[in-house]
Order: sequence, then C-alpha cells, then structure tokens
Amino acid sequence: MSNPQQLRYSKEHEWLSALEDGVATVGITEFAANALGDVVFAQLPEVGDTVTAGETCGELESTKSVSDLYSPVTGEVTAANQDVVDDPSLVNSAPFEGGWLFKVRVAEEPEDLLSADEYTAFSGN
Amino acid sequence: MSTAPSAAPRRTALDALHRSLGATMTDFAGWDMPLRYASERDEHNAVRTRAGLFDLSHMGEITVTGPQAAAFLSYALVGNIATVGVGRARYTMIVAEDGGILDDLIVYRLADTEYLVVANAGNAQLVLDTLTGRAGGFDTEVRDDRDAYALLAVQGPDSPAVLKSVTDADLDGLKYYAGLPGTVAGVPALIARTGYTGEDGFELFVDPAHAEQLWKALTEAGAPYGLIPCGLSCRDTLRLEAGMPLYGHELTTALTPFDAGLGRVVKFEKEGDFVGREALSAAAARAETAPPRKLVGLIAEGRRVPRAGYPVVVDGRVVGEVTSGAPSPTLGKPIAMAYVDAAHAEPGTEGVGVDIRGTHEPYEVVALPFYKRRK
Repeated sequence: MSNPQQLRYSKEHEWLSALEDGVATVGITEFAANALGDVVFAQLPEVGDTVTAGETCGELESTKSVSDLYSPVTGEVTAANQDVVDDPSLVNSAPFEGGWLFKVRVAEEPEDLLSADEYTAFSGN
Repeated sequence: MSTAPSAAPRRTALDALHRSLGATMTDFAGWDMPLRYASERDEHNAVRTRAGLFDLSHMGEITVTGPQAAAFLSYALVGNIATVGVGRARYTMIVAEDGGILDDLIVYRLADTEYLVVANAGNAQLVLDTLTGRAGGFDTEVRDDRDAYALLAVQGPDSPAVLKSVTDADLDGLKYYAGLPGTVAGVPALIARTGYTGEDGFELFVDPAHAEQLWKALTEAGAPYGLIPCGLSCRDTLRLEAGMPLYGHELTTALTPFDAGLGRVVKFEKEGDFVGREALSAAAARAETAPPRKLVGLIAEGRRVPRAGYPVVVDGRVVGEVTSGAPSPTLGKPIAMAYVDAAHAEPGTEGVGVDIRGTHEPYEVVALPFYKRRK
C-alpha cells in the first residue's frame, strides 16, 4: 500500500488533506482500515461540533472490535461523510478517497503531524 | 490498533502457507493463527454459499485407547460415550466435580477400543491433565496427540462436491457427526463430517507433514466452486449465527451445562457413576424449578454492535450480559448471544436493550439459532 504524498498523517493513523479555504478533510489510513478489518458502523462528529487534536470525536466499529476515532487537528466540523455512515465499507475500499470521514475548519494544528514518508516509516507500511 | 506479540506463539504446519497468502495472523490460545486472508465478510459468505477452507490445527487431539476406554470416557465426561457407535462422533462436555464446564468436546469413536477426543486449543492441556487424572483404576491409556495431527476443515454447501473430487471415500454414506479413515488427495486422513459453521462440511485430521499438500489440493479442487481460505474471524461469525457456544464466552467454569441451556448433553441414565453427577443433578433440579439466566439471541434494531461483557438492560436495570456479539453478514444486522434473566428471555419480550458504551440500544429477543441451513 502507499500513503499519498500530498496528505499529512497522525500517529493515531488519521490522514489530513491540505487546507482549502481553511478547511481540511480527515480520514483514516489504509493501514488503519486493514488493521480494523471490515468496518460495519461509523459514528462521525456532526457539523458544528468542535473537535480537538488528539481527542476522541467518534468511533469506527468493525467485525471484531470498536475503535475510537481521534481528530488530528482542532477546529469546527463543517461536513461529515454521509456516504460512509450509509456504507461503512467505503472506509475499507477507498480509505483515501470516498471513505473520507469529516471536514474540519482548522483552528489549530499539532506540531507532530507526519509526512507520507514519515508515516510510512512509523507504521511500517 | 497494534497487537503486542506474546512469548513465542506456536505455529501450525501451514504457517508459511498462510503468510504467503497474506493472512492477517492473530494470537489465539497461544497459537499464531490466521484471522482473515482478505475480507472476513467475503470469507463468511463463501462458507454460507459455496465453500471455505480452514486451518484448525490448534485444536487439541487426545487419543484414548484400551479395553475400558468406553467405560472410562463415560465416567470422565457427561455424555454416554459407551453408546457411540464405531465411526460416529458425539458432542459432549467435561465438567469439574462442582459441575462447572471445563470444556466442550467432540469425541470420535475410531474403533471398538479407540477414541479421539478433540478439545479447544485453550483448554487442551487442562483436558489432557484432567482425563489423565481420572484414568486411574481403568484399563485405558490417555495419549497426548496434539502434535500428531494437523486439522483442515472444508465447510459450506459445496464442500461435498469439492471433497468428492479428491477422494474415493464414501462421502454419501458418511452421516453428520460421523468419521471414517480414508485417503484425500493422496493423503491418509480421518474424514469427519463435523464442523462449527452451521453448514455441511468436513474436518480432515492428517499428519502435519501432509498438511500443506492437502491444503493445496483442496484449494485447487475447490477453485471451480469458489472455495477460498478462511480465518478465525469468519469462523466466529459463522458459529454465532448458528447459535453454537464458544468456550470462554457462552461456556465457562462458572456455568453447568444446564445453566448454558445444554443440559441435554448430560446423561444421568448411563451406567455407572460419572464426575459431576451430584452437582449436575442439583443443577438440573434448579433449572426446572428456579430457572437461572437463559441463553438467548438478540438482534439489533440499529447498527451498533454488542460485544461480550456488555450489560443487557430493561428500563435501565441490568438483566443480563452479552457473551458474544458481531455484525451478522447473513442477517445484515448486529446479533448477539446473551444470558438474560428468565423473566426477559422469551422471544419477543418488549423493551430489551444493550448498554453499548453508555447508550441503551434496542434489541429483539429471539430463539437461537439465528441461522439454520436448508437441508
């Protein structure tokens, strides 16, 4: 698997897109999606919610386990991906594309976000 | 979401093959086992609709032989093993003196005075030690054969066709819960019509040295039918849909077979005494007069998945506990098995929910199993 170069990554295995008018898109990496197994339920933050870098903002449930979803940045949620709520398997089939999770108007970024190469080294994938 | 490896897990004879297939491996009862190869949902559906191939070499085989093997097993286990015909198999349990379940077992009678006892991986040593300890006074030998067998399972509606293409054994004459020695793909095997998926299927006990050859032959023979390798993850959802108990979840030392709704495996009428008789008689009487919690099925109305240990609630009160839960690929909804107070255990009981991390989600109480194959 390859981690797209244009994204940045958290150590909790989320990815963050470049800002567009101050808004970034967030998802989980293919490595994380594979580790979870088939995702069957996604509870995403709602539009208007404030999310905080490194803190829980939802959950992803797979066949075998439930995992907290962390936000890689602090800010206000501007969109949640209804397609993923309707069909959580998108997280497995297209983690970097149609399986994005939410968009956030970034107020503050942590300093330890990783580049694609750094994340590849960190995750071993 | 990382799994810390514990000290030197055991590996099956098929370990290298699993890795070459890209399996996600997991520690299971001290064994490094395939959890899934690709999507566990696809593997689950393959077994329900076509065929799947499992490595179950972690299961514990114990051979019991000798003139008094039958009498010994009837004493050591709750079932009436003496009435099992040669070539047949029986589901039974081994309990402690207090009636608590030590393990659930399948016992195959291979010959007049030879039995193969198959224990769960996590309990194999305990079962071996317990059987050995109970053998005193009987003219019988209890032998640890865990290293003597690899175990492969072909499960699913197309499994007879797959197997027929690689064996001359009389599979049509082989009934459910029966086993016969034969040759499969050139490999000597004990061919058993047993499984843990709710489907028709076969379990093949072979010399570990032959496991890889057999796996490859079955993979090839099964390809036209859509057979795929399957891991322990889908095995768990398959058995859950089929309402089959799993040791450590529905069965524990804290429960007697009667508490688990499996009192029928206890045969009080058999000849001679058996370990646990007194405690089990009391448990049977208790189950008649003051039924304890009952094992029921729960089907979610929503999409959140109940997990083992989650409380079952009615009006905010805890009335039970989930023992196994998973999204059911066949039903398309989360399902669970749970022990529930008898007052709320009737199918259709209103107002039953599961506390899923603080939220009380509504569930429908149903009779088990969730899924039954068409014969």
